[in-house]
Amino acid sequence: MKKLLFVCLMILSFGVTVVAWDVRPASGDDPVVEKRLMDLSKELRCLVCQNETLADSQAGLAEDLRREIREQIKAGKSDQEIIAFLTQRYGQFILYRPRVTPTTYLLWFGPFVLLIGGLLVLFRYIRYHRDSVKEEPLSSEDRRRATELLASNSGKETA
Amino acid sequence: MGRYLIPLVLFMVLVGFLLVGLNRDPHEVPSPLINKAAPAFTLPQLKDPTKTFSAQEMRGKVWILNVWASWCVTCRDEHPLLIEYAKTGAVPIYGLNYKDQRPDALAWLGELGDPYVLSAADVDGRVAIDYGVYGAPETYVIDQSGTIRFKQIGPVTPDVWSKQVLPLVQDLNRKGN
Repeated sequence: MKKLLFVCLMILSFGVTVVAWDVRPASGDDPVVEKRLMDLSKELRCLVCQNETLADSQAGLAEDLRREIREQIKAGKSDQEIIAFLTQRYGQFILYRPRVTPTTYLLWFGPFVLLIGGLLVLFRYIRYHRDSVKEEPLSSEDRRRATELLASNSGKETA
Repeated sequence: MGRYLIPLVLFMVLVGFLLVGLNRDPHEVPSPLINKAAPAFTLPQLKDPTKTFSAQEMRGKVWILNVWASWCVTCRDEHPLLIEYAKTGAVPIYGLNYKDQRPDALAWLGELGDPYVLSAADVDGRVAIDYGVYGAPETYVIDQSGTIRFKQIGPVTPDVWSKQVLPLVQDLNRKGN
């Protein structure tokens, strides 16, 4: 029980640190700009830490890129323009959701292909086993033996 | 026999993928800038901030742009190698001093030697963003037309230098003349 509580506390404290690392909008900044910056940078990968979003990362480059995005938002650029700006420089790797292109077909559709393949194998397996089991009705001899066995068994239990 | 063949083949394919994956560095992100025009910039020179350096000045030459900083640990490992490469005179090496403090950068060059023809000071890292820099040291080979031909992320090891950079530079110089 104590162990469980400890683990829970660990998880909770981890959650708190993650929240504490979130981008804090600098005071005096336009909340609309900050909201767009947050939404955009959640879709973008920090290239230094790679498994963190640009919104969460505290790396120097992430800060610079957030500054860059903030300035472009203020300059009236659209989200598409900003994303184009970043992919021109850092490639599609910066996108957490890569675009659907022939090179990413496997990434996007692979899991579904695997799922359908698995289901097909499963159905074939089930059908094969169902067909291989022959259902034969009980003969009167079998039925007599079964009742005999059941009768002798219930007799033992009551004894 | 047949019923074991399919899982075996699938397993071997998986092992193949994993083997390839093991030998790849996830930190090496392919740059979309290869074979694209090197982004233009004009920055103050590190040693003499009253003068500027711009990438456009280098038109007609094959040159190397090396991104470095005094706070960058791997740059310190790479530095003696760069000095060796510069001594050969094969190709001029220019530095992009990335998000550094000027006194620190100057002290570093004073202490370890200066392989660069000159270094440009990118204090706020904006030019580095244009070049898609995400981890110093990074090195670009730029040709006569101002096109990026090669990018190395991480140090230019002797292996990379002799097998990739030098042959490319020689090839570009031959074609240019």
